[in-house]
Amino acid sequence: MKTIWLAGVALGTSLALAGTGAAQDITVGVAGPMTGQYASFGTQLKNGAEAAVADINAAGGVMGKKLKLEIGDDACDPKQARAIGEKFASAKLPFVAGHYCSSSSIPASEAYQDGGVVQITPASTNPTFTERNMWNTFRVCGRDDQQGSIAGDFVAKTYKGKNIAILQDKSTYGKGLADEMKKALNKGGLKEKMYEAYTQGDKDFNSLVSKMKANKIDVVYVGGYHTEAGLILRQMRSQGMTSQMISGDAIATNEFWSITGDAGEGMMFTFGSDPRKRPTAAAIVKKFKDKNVDPEGYTLYTYAAMSIWTQAATKAKTTDGKKVAETIKAGKWDTVLGPISYDKKGDITTVDYVFYKWSKDGKYDEVPTGKGS
Amino acid sequence: MEYFVQQLIIGVTLGSIYGLIAIGYTMVYGIIGMINFAHGDVFMVGGFIALTAFLALLAIGVTSIPLALFLVLLIAMALTALYGWAVERIAYRPLRHSYRLAPLISAIGMSIILQNFVQIAQGARVKPLPPIITGGHRVMSSEGYDVDISNIQIIVVLTTLVLMLGFSWLVAKTRLGRDMRACEQDLKMASLLGVNIDRTISLTFVIGAALASVAGIMYLLYYGVIDFYIGFVAGVKAFTAAVLGGIGSLPGAMLGGLLIGLIETFWSAYFSIEYKDVAAFSILIVVLIFLPTGILGRPEVEKV
Repeated sequence: MKTIWLAGVALGTSLALAGTGAAQDITVGVAGPMTGQYASFGTQLKNGAEAAVADINAAGGVMGKKLKLEIGDDACDPKQARAIGEKFASAKLPFVAGHYCSSSSIPASEAYQDGGVVQITPASTNPTFTERNMWNTFRVCGRDDQQGSIAGDFVAKTYKGKNIAILQDKSTYGKGLADEMKKALNKGGLKEKMYEAYTQGDKDFNSLVSKMKANKIDVVYVGGYHTEAGLILRQMRSQGMTSQMISGDAIATNEFWSITGDAGEGMMFTFGSDPRKRPTAAAIVKKFKDKNVDPEGYTLYTYAAMSIWTQAATKAKTTDGKKVAETIKAGKWDTVLGPISYDKKGDITTVDYVFYKWSKDGKYDEVPTGKGS
Repeated sequence: MEYFVQQLIIGVTLGSIYGLIAIGYTMVYGIIGMINFAHGDVFMVGGFIALTAFLALLAIGVTSIPLALFLVLLIAMALTALYGWAVERIAYRPLRHSYRLAPLISAIGMSIILQNFVQIAQGARVKPLPPIITGGHRVMSSEGYDVDISNIQIIVVLTTLVLMLGFSWLVAKTRLGRDMRACEQDLKMASLLGVNIDRTISLTFVIGAALASVAGIMYLLYYGVIDFYIGFVAGVKAFTAAVLGGIGSLPGAMLGGLLIGLIETFWSAYFSIEYKDVAAFSILIVVLIFLPTGILGRPEVEKV
């Protein structure tokens, strides 16, 4: 009898403890390709989210509660992304910063919508993501129709009468971006000489390169990720092609340079104006640098996504998905990226895509001449 | 014409790498009649060992490229051969007298184990190697189109050629080669006549793995990047090459490798790179319809 009584007390205490533990914390998610060939982007998202959660908790958390971060790995695979969506939704997470690949963000968003989860993607630029009349989808980056059209205009103007090749990797992101670029290019009065699709994960592009060489291509536009773009560039240079390569925001990772080596010099890509250089980001960038982490690419975008949700939840005094989403759309938020506000779809109202160029020392920097019109 | 020659160079290089891997499939099939699905991953492990060895040698200050290459070749071949031996010893030998499907399943399991092991030990990211062998030669040039052959392409093809010749000699002229041929013809009879079949089979795996590791080194030098997943794609292609050439036949493996490399290259050069794998596998199907044992394969003789 006594043992049963003791067991009851023990059970009760442990339940009470568990209860207080749950009341203390709000679990939020970050999801992206933590493994696989695009893992370097997953690391960016994870770094940004972890830093944001640490800073938010240091500043008192959300409504007096601490944030806890749960990491989801989709390996840039739509099926895994959907599974993470279901998992986070059934765990009643109020918010997810993610995913990276557009082809992951889109299927996951439906699970999030059903589960009442607000999703802010730091990096998925495919227009479809916010074009489906969903209440829960937001992004802190621009869209491929903006990014692609800036690139298309630029190429049409700068390389009038030259031979253009457009390559894409058949992914939601890559094909979307390449097609938007093509639209703008054709509107600018230039017709591409080649349009080819390759397969993600391929390593041998030599015959594609020699085909471009035979077609005397001057400019190659790639809708795709840095691994394949880097290899194509490397194989172009080793076949003696000196053509300019231009691509999109997926090149904003130092891993690009480790693939291309010196062949990467001169590579251009579009990306939001460097958040690391904004005065609003100076203190946070220093914190990253102290930890020996380069807040490259989408790291600070993820940080901003976390902070927008935190601010909105604090303002709405609830973590209820729909209410927070409405608050986000109505408000104006101060972030490391500068002030951000949203339109009805969940897209940001100010977009500033600019051109970057990789220089000899393996760093990328804005090029003033490349400013989109 | 120039364009054609350029594609030929690219295709032969790619085909050489496939051929080197295909030998491992075809030898094992010839001797014990099983498909070693882990062979593609042994190739991948070879590439990773080579990468580690390269970086280690650069770190301790070996700057002479030929010396570094030679050492890497030795290290990678030795260690990968060890992997090949261990795979056979652990996963296949205990199942040799089991029913036919058992070693096949165990091979698939081994493939997954190797892949996951490298993914966890080395990380899932793409591993780059800075370009070590650079430069090339202009073969011909006309109407503004230059045909180039790079030094690394020459090295890949020459290495493959030397290894192929050496290996054919080994099979045709040495004691080990005779044992291997004996095992291929009749395993039980060979053992009755005093051939140490355990040792012969082990050595077959060791040699196959060593050749795959050379393919891994060539792959690493040629493309400059490897990841834990390359074994799967390259393995499937090389296996296809072995079947196309006639599984069990050594010249067939080489021929099949070359054909797959050339088909892929010419298809992407003259049609669209998008459908190159479709093209390669369609041709495989067509060949197997008309030549069920592959191009150089012998029909299996029913043993009484």
